[in-house]
Amino acid sequence: MSDLIRSSASLRQRLTLVLIGGAGVLALVLYFGVRLYATQIAQQGQDDILRASVTAILDTAVIRDDRLEIDFPYAALSMLNTPSDDRVFYAIRQDGTLVSGYSELPQPLGTLAPAASWSVPYQGADLRLTTAARSLIAGDSDTTITVTVAQTQDALSVTLAQISRNVAFFGAGFFVLAVLLSFWATASTIGPLNRLAQSVTRRGPQDLSPVAKPVPAEMVPLVASLNTLMGRLDQSLTRSEDFIAEAAHRVRTPLATVRSHAETTLQRVDDEENRSALRAMIRAIDESSRAAGQLLDHAMTTFRADHLDRQNTNLSELVQDLISGLEPVAEMKDISFRLRTEKDVTVSADPILVQNAIRNLIDNALKYSPAESDIVVSVAQEDMAVVRICDAGPGFPKDHMAGLVDRFARGENAKGITGSGLGLTIAHDVALAHNGTLELSNAKGGGACVTFSL
Amino acid sequence: MRYVFALILSVLATSLCAQERAWEDRALFGAADTPRMLHVLSSTDIALFAPIAESFVADTPGIAIEYYVAGTADIDRIMRKSPDRFDMAISSAMDLQFKLANDGYALALDGFDHPDWAEWRQSVFAFTSEPAAIVLNRAAFAGAQMPQTRQALIRRLRDTPEQFRGKVGTYDVRQSGLGYLFATQDARTSETFWRLMEVMGNLDAQLYCCSSDMIEDVAAGRLFVAYNVLGSYAEARKDLSDAIEIVLPADFRTVMMRTALVSSEAPDPALARSFMEHLLTQQSGGTSAALALPLLDLQKPGSEQSTIQLEPALLTYLDRLKTERFIKEWEDAIIQ
Repeated sequence: MSDLIRSSASLRQRLTLVLIGGAGVLALVLYFGVRLYATQIAQQGQDDILRASVTAILDTAVIRDDRLEIDFPYAALSMLNTPSDDRVFYAIRQDGTLVSGYSELPQPLGTLAPAASWSVPYQGADLRLTTAARSLIAGDSDTTITVTVAQTQDALSVTLAQISRNVAFFGAGFFVLAVLLSFWATASTIGPLNRLAQSVTRRGPQDLSPVAKPVPAEMVPLVASLNTLMGRLDQSLTRSEDFIAEAAHRVRTPLATVRSHAETTLQRVDDEENRSALRAMIRAIDESSRAAGQLLDHAMTTFRADHLDRQNTNLSELVQDLISGLEPVAEMKDISFRLRTEKDVTVSADPILVQNAIRNLIDNALKYSPAESDIVVSVAQEDMAVVRICDAGPGFPKDHMAGLVDRFARGENAKGITGSGLGLTIAHDVALAHNGTLELSNAKGGGACVTFSL
Repeated sequence: MRYVFALILSVLATSLCAQERAWEDRALFGAADTPRMLHVLSSTDIALFAPIAESFVADTPGIAIEYYVAGTADIDRIMRKSPDRFDMAISSAMDLQFKLANDGYALALDGFDHPDWAEWRQSVFAFTSEPAAIVLNRAAFAGAQMPQTRQALIRRLRDTPEQFRGKVGTYDVRQSGLGYLFATQDARTSETFWRLMEVMGNLDAQLYCCSSDMIEDVAAGRLFVAYNVLGSYAEARKDLSDAIEIVLPADFRTVMMRTALVSSEAPDPALARSFMEHLLTQQSGGTSAALALPLLDLQKPGSEQSTIQLEPALLTYLDRLKTERFIKEWEDAIIQ
């Protein structure tokens, strides 16, 4: 059945992919975000030290005798020592003119905030500069002292490389964890769906009762529609079974009347031609009533299979009684039964159904057996209780033995023999309803064997 | 036209002469006609440097070392002016060497297993540890205790000023880069330095360009006290050991590390690199007593911080304003 259903992308795959993709995006965002943040913090740290150095130099600026003196402390440059031995540059300017330091050091563009930091490429390296200015009173006029301190960024890039590596490890770990979690989340989400599918699959062929187990809220609409569908199906099945049973019943009674009229007429008629016509008529009526009987049996089997009335049933006696009842029919064809039964083979089963099944099987055997042959019926307690019926007929067609239990299927070699094709179906349904089996085989010396196990 | 030509010639000659005069001494280790020649500009006396240079020449066939001796300030000037003239600069002025490297005149040599505190940017490598010493004339202090600290020296000089007038000497920090380095580091460490300078100034201090001159004058009795002399130079003069006493001050020591760097435009950087390797190996692991230069003290400078650190702060006293101010103070103290 399932290969007939067109499947679009698997829910599990889609869910897993979405979760993994989301985790990947999050891991990347985490990596770049943390790195950016770390870069800012590390840069902030360097700027702070540069600013402290600038302040230390600027603070010592004094005008003495109209001359600028800057006696900055050793620590002002000592604090710029880094593990990577970064190069250090500085420039001290008075009103824009270099007083001391590196003349080629770039000057800030435009006006400055109290202390500004910026980066420039310098002698093949990235240079970070910080500048601050201070106004001093020199005699009658103001003079502005500007101090710039600069440092290469080797230590910073070493730190950043380290941070990047750590964050990369962190992101990868997060991703792996998220992938594992997404597998787990997918499995636990898909689980109820699988369980529902299994419970529906495990049902017997006749079980159309609604799903009663609790299902996740998201699946309630689906299961509700499924239940409604099954309800409608059940109703329509029941209706058609009822209809068939009713129809068969209605047909059987008039048929019996017609048959008795035909028999009476047969005794009165002398003309051979008319007699043979009447006999043919009686045979046809018999066949019709047998078919009607089987339809009734089948309807009953279908009905009772859902509500088995299990009792302790003595299979030996049941078979014995059946054969006694069928003896007259067998004698008409000069067929004799050979019964081999173990004593008191007992099963827990619905006796009416089992009786129906075995009667149909023996009926089949009678029908396919040639005149003056034996039908061997054996009842035994093996792994299960077994009733085996073997005849001397043509046997089952080898090619499609399995299809014979379908409704209205008849063997290729059954042409010329009247029958509805329901006998094996009824027996099979009964066996299935009791968790039993029905096996078809051909005997070695010819003839069909049916093994009915409960 | 002829005049012009002559003018050019004479200008050329003068400039060449000027360049020639930049160094004080010159030596050649190895044969003069070898294909590869390493040009070293150094402030270290030839006698002290010879063992290292000779062992390198002996170990490496086909090379020779042309060795020029110059003052520390001259080395700095020459390396900045023509960085392609010399392969290597060796100097006792750590601050000037540091500034050369900071300004991009030194080549980074990676792969040396040298202590972190003894190198900077893998460009400047320290290879000796040399304390500044007080060298005393034994005869002048006969019968009395040798002063072991600056304080004791100050007391001694104050007690008998007449004995020491004109007999005390130290570096002229305006001439000598090393003298300036020692003086600034002393001043940074203790105020005692300034008091000593004032006392020495009162006693009509003699000023010198070089340690060796001071040592010889102390040995000859022209000086009784020489302050901030390179202990290593004094130790090396075994012939004078009877006349002089070398005192490493007990109050605090200023230890200089001699440094070497390879020029960023060295004519033969590969040769310079292998010589640097030889130098560092000999000086940091070598036990040979034959080596005249003191070894690098491999114990990491501890809390009794005395070794001058290779760090950006060395730029501080090279600042023009700072230099002006320091020299003015120093002159006020020592020149009366």
